Amino acid sequence: MSGTAITGSSASGHSPAPPSGRRGSPGQVAVWVLVAVVGAVCWTVLALARGETVSALWILFAALCSYAIAYRFYARFITYRVLRVDDRRATPAERMDNGIDFDVTDRRVLFGHHFAAIAGAGPLVGPVLAAQMGYLPGTIWIVVGVIFAGAVQDLTVLFFSMRRNGKSLGQMVREEIGLVGGIAALIAVFAIMIIILAVLALIVVNALAESPWGVFSIALTIPIALFMGIYLRRLRPGRVLEATGIGVALLLLAIVGGGWIEDTGLGDALTLSKEWLVLALVVYGFVASVLPVWLLLTPRDYLSTFMKIGVIVLLAISLLIARPVLQAEAVTDFAREGTGPVFAGSLFPFVFITIACGALSGFHALIASGTTPKMVAKESQVRLIGYGGMLMESFVAISALIAACVIDQGLYFAMNSPAGATGGTAEAAATFVNGLGFDTTAQTLGAAAAAVQEDTLISRTGGAPTLAVGISQIFSDAFGGGGQAFWYHFAIMFEALFILTAVDAGTRVGRFMLQDTVGNVWRKFGDLSWRPGNIIASAVVVGLWGSVLYIGVTDPLGGVNQLFPLFGIANQLLAAIALTLVTVLLIKHGKLRYAWVTGIPLVWDLVVTMTASYQKVFSSDPRVGYFEQRQVYADARDAGEVLAPATDMSEMDQVVFNSTLNGVLQALFAVLVLVVVVNAVVVIARAVRAGQLPTTEEPPTPSRLVEPAGFFPTAEEKEALAEHRQLAGAGAGRTEAEEE
Amino acid sequence: MTAALVRAWHGVRWYLREFTGEARWDRYLEHCAAHGHEPMSRREFERRRSDALEANPIARCC
Repeated sequence: MSGTAITGSSASGHSPAPPSGRRGSPGQVAVWVLVAVVGAVCWTVLALARGETVSALWILFAALCSYAIAYRFYARFITYRVLRVDDRRATPAERMDNGIDFDVTDRRVLFGHHFAAIAGAGPLVGPVLAAQMGYLPGTIWIVVGVIFAGAVQDLTVLFFSMRRNGKSLGQMVREEIGLVGGIAALIAVFAIMIIILAVLALIVVNALAESPWGVFSIALTIPIALFMGIYLRRLRPGRVLEATGIGVALLLLAIVGGGWIEDTGLGDALTLSKEWLVLALVVYGFVASVLPVWLLLTPRDYLSTFMKIGVIVLLAISLLIARPVLQAEAVTDFAREGTGPVFAGSLFPFVFITIACGALSGFHALIASGTTPKMVAKESQVRLIGYGGMLMESFVAISALIAACVIDQGLYFAMNSPAGATGGTAEAAATFVNGLGFDTTAQTLGAAAAAVQEDTLISRTGGAPTLAVGISQIFSDAFGGGGQAFWYHFAIMFEALFILTAVDAGTRVGRFMLQDTVGNVWRKFGDLSWRPGNIIASAVVVGLWGSVLYIGVTDPLGGVNQLFPLFGIANQLLAAIALTLVTVLLIKHGKLRYAWVTGIPLVWDLVVTMTASYQKVFSSDPRVGYFEQRQVYADARDAGEVLAPATDMSEMDQVVFNSTLNGVLQALFAVLVLVVVVNAVVVIARAVRAGQLPTTEEPPTPSRLVEPAGFFPTAEEKEALAEHRQLAGAGAGRTEAEEE
Repeated sequence: MTAALVRAWHGVRWYLREFTGEARWDRYLEHCAAHGHEPMSRREFERRRSDALEANPIARCC
């Protein structure tokens, strides 16, 4: 065979071949050997270093080298051997192009879109919390997990959805596994989404409570977005870059302005309690969900996307400049004993639950089925977009882990332990942290808060403030000139901004799901343009996540401590559904011998989630098991006692109610996923017996597009492009001058 | 050196215009020119484009 798969003008039956590539070129071999050696050295240093100063760059380069090797070899193997992408087949974007949702998109642009859609607060927050177990467990799972589980899930879901005209995860489960599994998956997706929205909102509340600077800058994002929306609709339609430029400038001004108003009357007015912030978020979420998207959601999304990518790039650069030293231990005692204050439970399974999005995120399966597959130009590009996009997300998680591990660990634990443990004051927190075995004093903790111009940093749980402290330290080291307070609020703003965007968008998606589902029995309700339907569905969705948020915020045991495990398990259970689906599909397509590619991560994920679910439901340790916790508090309440950290009887009632609710939700999620898995096992058994089973894959249609597969076109691809252009004449294809 | 910078600038500009969807207008004009249609106004075009988003919400993940 002469080589590239992109010369496909005919869609004849013989099997596709991977690009013949540059196999064996001595230069290439040398480069890959070098990458492998550098990676191995970095991992060795990380594994062996004990009690000496370790630079954070070892983590960074261990990760980067591992990603490079995984992308070059494993992703290629999956794409061409297991999935057998075929560039002679037209993608749904090419076949059904309507310029709206089906739209042939340049692979580099789509990579950006897909990354912007999957990356959010999860990969930033999870690793920060997981840092209580030390830097090593987190680093290993973020890198190994993404290579063998997370990126594999994103890639395979994207591929199978693309072969089915961009069907959604729920739809594919129903059609390929069965009605029972489909219904269970639908309920699971909806319930999990509510929990995720609530926990994301909880992180924002915790970051903004009692912080007038933060509230001021975040509140201003609303008028800024409205202004951009009107600008783009009425003043200068379509000039997105212009509007975004103005928006970003105003945003930076809003951050600076927060510092000015902090000690004024306005600052006092904006010093809001958590309860008020919950109310504000709920009202905001509802309004945002019923307003037209052009007014608030779309412009806000431009802002948050540019901020997000800007900060990530800036963080990577400043890590290289500042070269910070890790302050955390490689593995803390909490990893072995499971007694950490940030979240309860031992390393297995809870480190895998907590890190969630940076290594494996079920939520990505909702993006990889639905939006992105309708825009892919050529099948082979799923490797770049699906696998590559997730590697990038993992890199974000690694950066966040580093940021949490380079700050003073006494401060880390003072910030991340619930208020019930630290007592909320610097003195009590210092005593508590000393008791954990970390050095700190009330003065040190006070000085850290003063450096970022916050009243206090004690028990600022949720990960966002910790990350902001880490980022502000790295940025001010890298760029000099102090400015730690600015960078802290800059980081808070950037996290809150895109969490709020996720909450807006998630509420809207939840509303659509609800309207669609109820629309099956009540036609009118399913009509998206019916105003009362919109309002009712929005109110239900906002009401649901708002209640969970309120419960979390007022939880005497600490909302993050109680809800984050539920969030993490929910996300990993969604991943279990997605991995079950793709494993079933591989087997139905007669690829049993490759089923291990998704089967191994599936089994691992099931073991982790089911162990964690079992412990959260049945553990006899009240710190871990929700129902044991309920029992302990209910018994004490009945005996007329008040157990710390509750301070009165109504808080005792609250703990009993919350732990019951959390336990029921936890059990429900696990059961729903088991229903899907059992249904899948039946289908797998049938498929194995039959050799293969028919699926809903679309029949092949010849493709007329010529596009490179990877980020940079290879020499062969350039040749093919030039040839294609010559044949088709100028103007055909959409490839750009940048291609040369 | 300058040539490389100019190229890089064009690359970034191209990417951002594609990423934000600004470039769609240019493509629409090209399409109209190629097929001899009378193009609608930019205002009308962008309005239709943003209204189409109403039913296709951008998904944003955790």
